[in-house]
Amino acid sequence: MELYTPIFVLGGIGAAFVIVSMIVGAIAGPKRYNRTKLQAYECGIEPTPQPVGGGRFTIKYYLTAMLFIVFDIEVIFLVPWAVHLDALGIFGLVVMILFLVNVSIAYAYEWRRGGLEWN
Amino acid sequence: MIPLSLSETTLPTVTTQAPDLDYWLLSPLLVVFAAGVIGVIVEAFVPAQRRYSIQTALAMVAVGVAFVLTLVQVGALPADSAGLTLAFATVVVDRPSLFFQGVILALALASLLLIAERRDGESAFTGQAAAVPGSEEERAHVLAGSQHTEVYPLVMFAVLGMQLFTAANDFLTMFIALEVMSLPLYLLCGLARRRRLFSQEAALKYFLLGAFSSAFFLFGIAMVYGYAGAVEFAAVRAAGSSGGLIDGGEPLLLIGIAMIGVGMLFKVGTVPFHNWKPDVYQGAPTPITALMASGTLVAAFGAMLRVFYVAFGTTVAQWRPMLWVVAILTMVVAAVIAVTQRDIKRLLAYSSVVHAGFILTAVVAANADGLTGAMFYLAAYGFTTVGAFAIVTLVRNPDNGAEAGDLTQWAGLGRTSPFLAASLGLFLLAFAGIPLTSGFIGKFAVFEAAVAAGATPLVVVGVLSSAVTAFFYVRIIVLMFFAEPAENAPRVLKPGILTGTTVGLGVAATLLLGILPGPVLEHVIPQPAAETSEAVAAEHTAADSLFAR
Amino acid sequence: MTSTLAAGGYAATTAADGGVLSYAWLMIALPLLGAAVLLLGGKRTNAWGHWLAIAAALSSFVWAVLSLGQLLGRAPEERSVTVHVYQWIKVGTFDIDLSLLIDPLSMTFALLITGVGSLIHIYSVGYMAHDENRRRFFAYLNLFVAAMLVLVLADNYAVLFLGWEGVGLASYLLIGFWQHKPAAAVAAKKAFLINRVGDIGLLVSIMLLFTTFGTVTFHPVFESVDGAGRGLMTAVGLLLLLGACGKSAQLPLQAWLLDAMEGPTPVSALIHAATMVTAGVYLIVRSGPIFEAAPTAQLVVTIVGAATLLAGAIIGCAKDDIKKALAGSTMSQIGYMTLAAGLGPIGYAAAIAHLVTHGFFKAGLFLGAGSVMHAMNDEVDMRRYGGLRTVMPVTFATFGVGYLAIIGVPFLSGWWTKEGIIQAAFDSGGLTGQILGWVTVLGAGLTAFYMSRIMFLTFFGTKRWAKDANPHESPAVMTVPMIILAIGSAALGAVLVVNYTLANFLAPVVGAPAHEFDLVHMLTSPYSLAALVLMIVGVAYAWVRYANDKVPVTAPKGNFITVAAREELYGNAINEGLFMRPGQQLTRATVAFDDHGVDGVVTGIARSVRAASENLRLTQTGFARSYALTMLFGAAVVVVTTLGVNLA
Repeated sequence: MELYTPIFVLGGIGAAFVIVSMIVGAIAGPKRYNRTKLQAYECGIEPTPQPVGGGRFTIKYYLTAMLFIVFDIEVIFLVPWAVHLDALGIFGLVVMILFLVNVSIAYAYEWRRGGLEWN
Repeated sequence: MIPLSLSETTLPTVTTQAPDLDYWLLSPLLVVFAAGVIGVIVEAFVPAQRRYSIQTALAMVAVGVAFVLTLVQVGALPADSAGLTLAFATVVVDRPSLFFQGVILALALASLLLIAERRDGESAFTGQAAAVPGSEEERAHVLAGSQHTEVYPLVMFAVLGMQLFTAANDFLTMFIALEVMSLPLYLLCGLARRRRLFSQEAALKYFLLGAFSSAFFLFGIAMVYGYAGAVEFAAVRAAGSSGGLIDGGEPLLLIGIAMIGVGMLFKVGTVPFHNWKPDVYQGAPTPITALMASGTLVAAFGAMLRVFYVAFGTTVAQWRPMLWVVAILTMVVAAVIAVTQRDIKRLLAYSSVVHAGFILTAVVAANADGLTGAMFYLAAYGFTTVGAFAIVTLVRNPDNGAEAGDLTQWAGLGRTSPFLAASLGLFLLAFAGIPLTSGFIGKFAVFEAAVAAGATPLVVVGVLSSAVTAFFYVRIIVLMFFAEPAENAPRVLKPGILTGTTVGLGVAATLLLGILPGPVLEHVIPQPAAETSEAVAAEHTAADSLFAR
Repeated sequence: MTSTLAAGGYAATTAADGGVLSYAWLMIALPLLGAAVLLLGGKRTNAWGHWLAIAAALSSFVWAVLSLGQLLGRAPEERSVTVHVYQWIKVGTFDIDLSLLIDPLSMTFALLITGVGSLIHIYSVGYMAHDENRRRFFAYLNLFVAAMLVLVLADNYAVLFLGWEGVGLASYLLIGFWQHKPAAAVAAKKAFLINRVGDIGLLVSIMLLFTTFGTVTFHPVFESVDGAGRGLMTAVGLLLLLGACGKSAQLPLQAWLLDAMEGPTPVSALIHAATMVTAGVYLIVRSGPIFEAAPTAQLVVTIVGAATLLAGAIIGCAKDDIKKALAGSTMSQIGYMTLAAGLGPIGYAAAIAHLVTHGFFKAGLFLGAGSVMHAMNDEVDMRRYGGLRTVMPVTFATFGVGYLAIIGVPFLSGWWTKEGIIQAAFDSGGLTGQILGWVTVLGAGLTAFYMSRIMFLTFFGTKRWAKDANPHESPAVMTVPMIILAIGSAALGAVLVVNYTLANFLAPVVGAPAHEFDLVHMLTSPYSLAALVLMIVGVAYAWVRYANDKVPVTAPKGNFITVAAREELYGNAINEGLFMRPGQQLTRATVAFDDHGVDGVVTGIARSVRAASENLRLTQTGFARSYALTMLFGAAVVVVTTLGVNLA
């Protein structure tokens, strides 16, 4: 069992840190409210107009975000391949091209079906 | 303190060698994958009105070709071969995996027929999933006749996941297969044409709980890796007999087995991981329910058998008690709850839970008969259940055309639609395990395997539970044939050629596997070499060789 | 014991060598085909469907006769023929052929089933003439015949189980044939549930056999019984007995049989008197070597038989419903057979002989009862009968022959075979033998009493008919089968028992009779005389109470008559002194136990399952959060089980 004691201790410390800092923050922190602080955080000066009566993001944000993830993954795979390009040779090239084509197909689908149009 | 530096051999070998891929052996997977990808391209570039025909043809041809390729590979496998591993031993091609893939593909084809069925231009799927249910936008899409032909590529990806799930040879590949199988299904569940909110709720529940179970599965893999220092099944198996990487590491293995078990048991839907099943089966479009109830179950059990027989084949004593508990809970609780169900799809869902419990007794057996028994059971159950759900799609409410799930409406169906009711009656008898149907032979095979492995109490519970389940199956038959037709009698659609074929396939398989199971069992299911009873007693050895034949 | 049997023929099976025997499966296929045509043909077959069914049953009978002829042409030790139809199941090492075993035992049953079955098919043409679902009825009858033949012709336990389930299904469908009567629906369900309990016993025993011997085929199993442990064989034997109890309505699984009388009367005659309910006896006799290896199980069989013998007779004394009284009698008579079957080889032939003659006279009695009911507008209460002998002479005569046969009047069928059982019981020796013997003798007296009660209430005394009753003799299509059965009831016993014809025929399967046939001994042994005396006492007593009753001569007035008859009954009972008093109490208690105790358990189980189901359903809240919590809980259980079991 002693094998796991450090894990438990570490977990305990982690949990305690979260709880303690939340409590300390709530007690000790100054509270000065204004409108801007209550708004959702977005890049840019002017927040996008929200739908009437609701504070929800439109689903279009998610489409863009997912597109980002697709290319994110693509890059993650590209880097190790690039490092070992010489060892993997022509096989690696073909496979990577196939991979890129597959990812592009998903991209093409989103593009053709209007996922990139904002309106 | 924690031994931070593990010995050198346990570090993952960084390979810079190009893998030697045998594309021929991978072809059943690749064909289905290609169909999915091409399906996406079709969605992107082909005009809307032509997509349906192209997509259906593409999907069915691909599944058919993959099925044939699977059969060819079964024939090409050397008789004495232990099976082959591919791509750095991440994928295995042996008789059980090919059998499961073949069954999955056949079931997928049957489900595809249901998916492709359209009545007055209406499929079972919503015109525009993104529209808010009940909104003007949705109505506009319905009037415009929009349809989601994305269903077909999604089904292809799900089928690919199912195939790979049964063929994976290490835990990571298996996890990827699990996700490839599950993600499209989550989405498909939310696409029902009617009762949109219900369908979306089902999809969300399935997704949340599925993600939850995936987390367990992944956590379990991590634990097992900590124990064995590897994720390959063979390595885990070896570690199980040699004692693992670190001293006192057995808890890691045990927790890992339990957690991986949780992930698996969620996918097959046993108590207490079954809650999603009734809600999801009911909410999902019925053709998708058919696919999930048949194909997913086969895939999940295929993977489960491989994990527990191969990877954990040397630690049978460690996981057997856990599966005992789950099997008993499943067979008892689900059978009891099913008694008071009033909706046909929920009833079939609970029935599926009970059946998962029955098959679990074969997993518990951990012997050669357990493997063949489970394989037969899965094939038999898969075809019967697809047929049953096909019939569900035909019985509609007279007013709004939605499926009439309420069992009281099914009263007297035997008089108005005798053939339909007789087919469903046959399926129900098979579920109940009445002789001369496939269900009986399946039950006999798994129970017999369990008895041989010394799990007689489990079998007694199973037989009792099947008596309870027989009660509610027979109740439906009585309702259909002997009760007066209900006031709100449903409108029974004439089965089109697609649905008709599926029902016929179900009836044929149920009868054929019940009356003449011999040829199927002999030629299709891989036979472990005829073991004598001594060999069965030495079950570890038997399990050892199971997948090696 | 076992070794002699093995030498007697278990080892010797030969394959069929062409000719009639090779096509023995036709016996099953023909009625099955009939059922299929009738069920699938729909209304088109309404006009001629019942004749097709009869033709199927009859041709099956003819084939059975031909097979018998061929079997008799062989030497006795070669009369065990296996007919391979096809390989049914092959899962791993689990290998079952669908083969038939044609041997004297199975052929005896096949002849009884197809013979009596054909007669009852014919009778049903008249009985069900006005039923709009007659075609369906005949389809089920054919289905039953086919399933029953599968049961008795099977050469292994798995195929036997197939037939076992099949007859259960047919029985279920036929009990509930008149679904519009709630009582029939409930009775069907009850029969189904109770039979499932028995089925579990059978199924588990089959699995045990397979695990032990690696096969479920009769001969290999029986040959290797000696090598298996006695404890295991006892378990298998008791489980088989459980199965037999369910199908044959033996204590404690007897409750369904009385309710099963809700089915049409031909069904009661064929399934719930002559054939299906004897399947348990067949199972025990067929599994003889297993029971012989397990004396404890054998003892339990005899105890169950003896207890049912008495309980059935007492119930038979109490019921006013003619069919239920006869059902009690069926229970009792099967109790006789079970008892004999539990005695081992000395009882097997006696059990089978009684089974065959019982099949005839009980079927005849039921058909007679059906004829009476038919005449009396489906009235079943015997208190509303009376004096029918003049109006229905043929029914009276045939019923009378059956009656004389069942109570054991010398030289009629029942006497021959019942004497055989009584003799076997005393021959088994020891205190047990004495007790069992006297139970059978006492049973003979009780049988005489309750059967006489039925006879006198129905055909003698004053007319206590309902106002609109207009009894008439049944048409020829009904009376002819009754006459044939009556002839069998009278003569068959002598044919089978004199010189032990049947016992010698069965000898290769069940062992040769213990001693020579001795008619003088049969007539003069003290036990035989005691049974005779008790029978006369029983008849006389019933005569005093039921035939000479001063029933009011006023015109029958519905319930008034019934009540009056019942009051007289009670008045007589008080006058009849102290001896009958406890008997009556026992009677009522038995009936009450049957109605409330056993039924209570069955319905109670159903109710508690339902209640549990309602409660468990509440866990299905529909909230993903509670599902996730359940999963978490389940995961905890799984982890704790795994860790706990392995590390504790």
